[in-house]
Amino acid sequence: MNHEPKFHGYLIGYLLSVALTLIAFGLAYLHINSGHLAFSHQFLVYAVVALAVLQLYVQAVFFLHLSRHPEARYNLVSFIFTIFIVLFIVIGSLWIMNNLNYNMTADQVDAYLHKEN
Amino acid sequence: MNIFGKLSLDAIPHDPVALAGVVFMFSAGIAALVALTYFKLWRWLWEEYLTSLDPKKIGIMYIVVAVLMLVRGMADAGMMRLQQAISVGDSFGYLSPEHFQQVFSAHGTIMIFFVAMPILFGLINLIMPLQIGARDVAFPFLNSVSFWLFAAGAGLINLSLVLGEFSTAGWLAYPPLSELQYSPGVGVDYWIWALQISGIGSLLSGVNFITTIFKMRAPGMTLMRMPIFVWTSLSSMVLVVFAFPILTATLSMLALDRTLGMHFFTTDLGGNVMMYVNLIWAWGHPEVYILVLPAFGIFSEIVPVFSQKRLFGYTSMVFATAGITFFSYLVWAHHFFTMGAGAKVNAFFGIMTMVIAIPTGVKIFNWLFTMFRGRIIFSSPMHWFLGFVVSFTIGGMSGVLLSIPGVDFELHNSLFLVAHFHNMIISGVLFGYFAGITYWFPKIFGFKLNENLGVYAFWCWIVGFFVAFMPLYILGMMGATRRLDHYDASMGWQGLFIVAGVGVCIIGLGVLFQVLQMYVSIRDRKKNIAGADPWNARTLEWSVPSPAPMYNFAHIPHVYGRDPLWARKQGIEHHEPPYTDIRMPKNSPLGLLLGLFGFLFGFGIIWHMYWLVPAAALGAIVCIVVRALDEHTEETISAAVVERIERANPSVTV
Ligand code: HEM
Ligand SMILES: [Cu+2]
Repeated sequence: MNHEPKFHGYLIGYLLSVALTLIAFGLAYLHINSGHLAFSHQFLVYAVVALAVLQLYVQAVFFLHLSRHPEARYNLVSFIFTIFIVLFIVIGSLWIMNNLNYNMTADQVDAYLHKEN
Repeated sequence: MNIFGKLSLDAIPHDPVALAGVVFMFSAGIAALVALTYFKLWRWLWEEYLTSLDPKKIGIMYIVVAVLMLVRGMADAGMMRLQQAISVGDSFGYLSPEHFQQVFSAHGTIMIFFVAMPILFGLINLIMPLQIGARDVAFPFLNSVSFWLFAAGAGLINLSLVLGEFSTAGWLAYPPLSELQYSPGVGVDYWIWALQISGIGSLLSGVNFITTIFKMRAPGMTLMRMPIFVWTSLSSMVLVVFAFPILTATLSMLALDRTLGMHFFTTDLGGNVMMYVNLIWAWGHPEVYILVLPAFGIFSEIVPVFSQKRLFGYTSMVFATAGITFFSYLVWAHHFFTMGAGAKVNAFFGIMTMVIAIPTGVKIFNWLFTMFRGRIIFSSPMHWFLGFVVSFTIGGMSGVLLSIPGVDFELHNSLFLVAHFHNMIISGVLFGYFAGITYWFPKIFGFKLNENLGVYAFWCWIVGFFVAFMPLYILGMMGATRRLDHYDASMGWQGLFIVAGVGVCIIGLGVLFQVLQMYVSIRDRKKNIAGADPWNARTLEWSVPSPAPMYNFAHIPHVYGRDPLWARKQGIEHHEPPYTDIRMPKNSPLGLLLGLFGFLFGFGIIWHMYWLVPAAALGAIVCIVVRALDEHTEETISAAVVERIERANPSVTV
């Protein structure tokens, strides 16, 4: 079997990506235009995030050619590695920065100075 | 608007020490130009090197530039050692504080980005395609672009000697010092754009080499049959591809702060200085493994050959490499334990750091077990290896000490740290690269380097290294911080600083022996003809003629196991079909032009010559389009030529 990327694959991927973007945009538009009545704010946030993840998946399959075919395994492995590294650096940075900021609030510094004296 | 931006005659340095540097650089440059013209070498240089897309030629250029930069980095080191040996009490030495700061910033930046990185890329270019049985890298033109972007960065760093000034903010340019408010000059901009431009070259090289290793192996060369140097190069390039974008983004934000008045890392208007430190080390820690993993790979090639035994624990070597690659992303906070994070953060990153010592230990034991009961040949590469084992282990232990946050609070920013990382970098990275260059030199040039002088150089380096850096451990414990241009006599440090200075002189003697070694080896090259396989080695690069022909392999080899050349020498495989035509990429000057435009782009931003920036960008885009539209990028080497080359320098036959 031939897994060479085909033109119609890119086209489908492109159309799906555009559709998912438009849906997200449409939901936000509806939300604002209906005076925040069509659905709750929270629903909007979750929906947009879900659509974004879905789009990530669509792009991974149609543009990066991730699949379970043996030839595509490298792609999949490197994709998972990427996700892992990005998550680790982002979450790690947030954790570190929060920790630093927390330790530098005025209260903290005060408490520290009092302990010292 | 002034077309020269901030540039004026004031940019030429005035103080005598700096001026001496300028004069020296100019005379060396002019001497080189005159020599090239006198010996009519321009055409040769242009056709054989500057426009070449042969990875071996590109590799040689990388290493030549790196060695020149190494000389500059060593000169900086010598200047610092001299200053610190004499600048005590009432005497203030010969460097102003400002100049001293430029010197250590330049030293660190040059050694990491313009010495260690290019030797690494050079060696991978020279050897990796040969080891996997390929004729070329995956993207030959991109390879040339990478080199010229690197050269553009190196050019900018050297230009800062002549025009303007260099950064005074250390090799990592922490804000707020590196922000406009505290460093209004062009120094930090030179630093940013030299790194940014060469960094893009590094990223492109990473993509290129990964693709080459995954897609261009000879038939039968499965992943688990690849030489360890290929494995470590792969891991190192994976680190490059994941880490360099962080550097690019961080430098971009600093550049935006400085040029467009943004506030990512300022202390006011919502900027966060600590975020810079966090991000730069998220790149910086992987960077140290980018440098040292290939050196591990080199030793893994050398030890079996000179012990005349198979590598002990191939599989564990591969997994240790992969483990280091993975863990090297999880430890970056150990560089800023003292910045104020809580115990949980520091404990987590401290433990992760200790964990990474385990796969490194596995490797050390594998090499030792490879030597065990081998018939060891004490050649100069083996000397570098043994020196490495001893001093790298010491450096590793001081590193594990520093990974304990409590200890780090005591030793952070002290000379103990400086001793630790030079311990790792000189004996790990530099010794590894020296060993690799000695080992593979005959494959590239066809003759061996002089062994005796190599061994003398080694002894000077190792003795000099201990004399120069062990005192720094002690000084660090005595409270000497790094980057001191002056200290009080009552500290009692001067004796140790003088000893360290003597150590640098011994290292200098070692360098002298290396220069002599090069000279003598070239003079006696007819007597030291290497032949295809001078070391009785095991891997594919030694099966082709020396020097390796431009097409590497007249026939693409078939691989049936690990150590394929060894297998062939045991008579397991042998075949010699008739020669055929080979298609190879043609030379192209566009890589050089792209590098030039990169240089002008950086220069324009540094000096605020804003018309130059879009002009250079446009030039670069035109180059890319011209290349993309060129349909005739390959040429044929006819079977007759291949036959002539192969007959002149025989490959290994059994
Ligand atoms: C060849 C012998 C070398 C000597 C004698 C030497 C000496 C020194 C000295 C004296 C300092 C300043 C210490 C201080 O802050 O007081 C320094 C800093 C440094 N060196 Fe070296 N060095 C050598 C090789 C290297 C190599 C090979 C590398 C990297 C590949 C390197 C990377 C650095 C870095 C990153 C710094 C920190 C610069 C800063 O403070 O911003 N050095 N070195
Ligand atoms: Cu680190």
